[in-house]
Amino acid sequence: MNEGPSFIQLEGVRKVYRGRNEDFLAVSDVTFDVQAGELVSMVGPSGCGKTTVLKILAGLHSHEDGTVRIGGGGESFDPARDIGMVFQQPLLLKWRRVIENVLLPAEILGLNMAEARDRAGHLLDMVGLTGFAQSYPYELSGGMQQRAAIARALVHDPKLILMDEPFGALDALTREKMNLELLRIWSESGKTIVFVTHGIQEAVFLGSRVVVLSAGPARMADNFLVDLPYPRTLDMKTQEAFGDYTRRIYKLLGME
Amino acid sequence: MDDGRDKLRKWVLIIVMHLAALGAWQAWITLGEVEPYIMPAPLDTFATLLEWKVYAWGHNTMITAASVFGGFWLAVVVGVGMAVLFSWSRWLNDALMPLIVSLNMIPKVALGPIFIVWFSYGLGPNILIAFSICFLPILITTARGLGEVEPELIDLVRTLRASRWQIFTKIQLPGALPYIFSGMKVAVVLAVAGAIVGEFIASEEGLGYLMMQVQVTLDTAGMFMAVLMITAVGVSLYAIVLILERLLVVSDARME
Repeated sequence: MNEGPSFIQLEGVRKVYRGRNEDFLAVSDVTFDVQAGELVSMVGPSGCGKTTVLKILAGLHSHEDGTVRIGGGGESFDPARDIGMVFQQPLLLKWRRVIENVLLPAEILGLNMAEARDRAGHLLDMVGLTGFAQSYPYELSGGMQQRAAIARALVHDPKLILMDEPFGALDALTREKMNLELLRIWSESGKTIVFVTHGIQEAVFLGSRVVVLSAGPARMADNFLVDLPYPRTLDMKTQEAFGDYTRRIYKLLGME
Repeated sequence: MDDGRDKLRKWVLIIVMHLAALGAWQAWITLGEVEPYIMPAPLDTFATLLEWKVYAWGHNTMITAASVFGGFWLAVVVGVGMAVLFSWSRWLNDALMPLIVSLNMIPKVALGPIFIVWFSYGLGPNILIAFSICFLPILITTARGLGEVEPELIDLVRTLRASRWQIFTKIQLPGALPYIFSGMKVAVVLAVAGAIVGEFIASEEGLGYLMMQVQVTLDTAGMFMAVLMITAVGVSLYAIVLILERLLVVSDARME
């Protein structure tokens, strides 16, 4: 369906942390492509190096071997402006009101603040925080704080959103709700999203593609398209096809 | 409003308790027939204010306030400034911090006679003594506060290519403010003690010097009034710090 090179290409990526006494191989030979506009779930056991791969994509970590190319498939890419990040913790600045938190990337990048403020207002509506612009983070629940963090990741209109277990600290019900919200935000914004999780169900439910990494060092175990239609609904989780995908991952991770 | 009534109740309680303490003091002296040169009654103590010129209350209080405020604000500037430098340079921190902690073990009061040799009598040495006694808590709490930044937040702004200055002004410094204020509150008490001790040994004016003067004539009422004036200087500085904290630090982040 997609012509030409992909938006993101990872090929044979390898990462070694140099320790004092010994080196630690965190990622060995990770290869996958991401098309523009895809939502790719990267799933694997805790401590398997998923986060390292994400940080390599973010340009926060170097890598030893292999190539990492972002930009392509008809999309240019500016590493300073085109990455939005969401972590497990909302990491909101508690002395700033919600709207000022959302505006932080725009301030750092020196964007036109009047336009950014406008945009931030729309984004708060989009993530369901209408009316909370002037609240302080402590006045918000955990789920709402994470929504604000998502709005912050979008405020500078980046092409790529990197999410590192963003709903891992939320309770199960809020997490399911946020999954649905994320899918809506993704379809409305049209962003490319790489979503790291150790939740197998979550990976299948969200991803248009799932990349499975096996435990340390991170190594490609599988990479497949999830052929479930969008918009996805919670009852899809009870369907045969959904079960097949999750079983496939459980088997890969040796949990069957 | 319940909130308003709560606040009123709090203030009434504060005033009532202070007046009750004065009342108990007066009752003890009157009923207990305590010798006035051992313990003056509050009324006799306040009566010394009538001889305003004899005691030079205005002048002496201003001098003491100048040493306390001067030493305190100097400590804030130097303490915060050094903490910032230390947070920028790991090397500077590792090199100087142990030295500063050792130097802090010097009983600052013992420096009084040395300061007199260096700077002669007057305001200067007293400001220095007040400064030297209260600057370490500010340095230590500020350094701690500047270091309390989630590494992932740094990752987030680094993907946006934030400059060190941006990280400092937008994240580190505002994040450290609650810590700085908790250090300042400790420092107020120390600054008052430092300035007074300085005046005992190295001054020809100020409330500490006044106390030494009237002690000779067993004018306990005068000494008590001087103590009350010193306390008033400390309380007013503390009030200024509290007001600043209220203005600068979001209620949720304050360290009570």
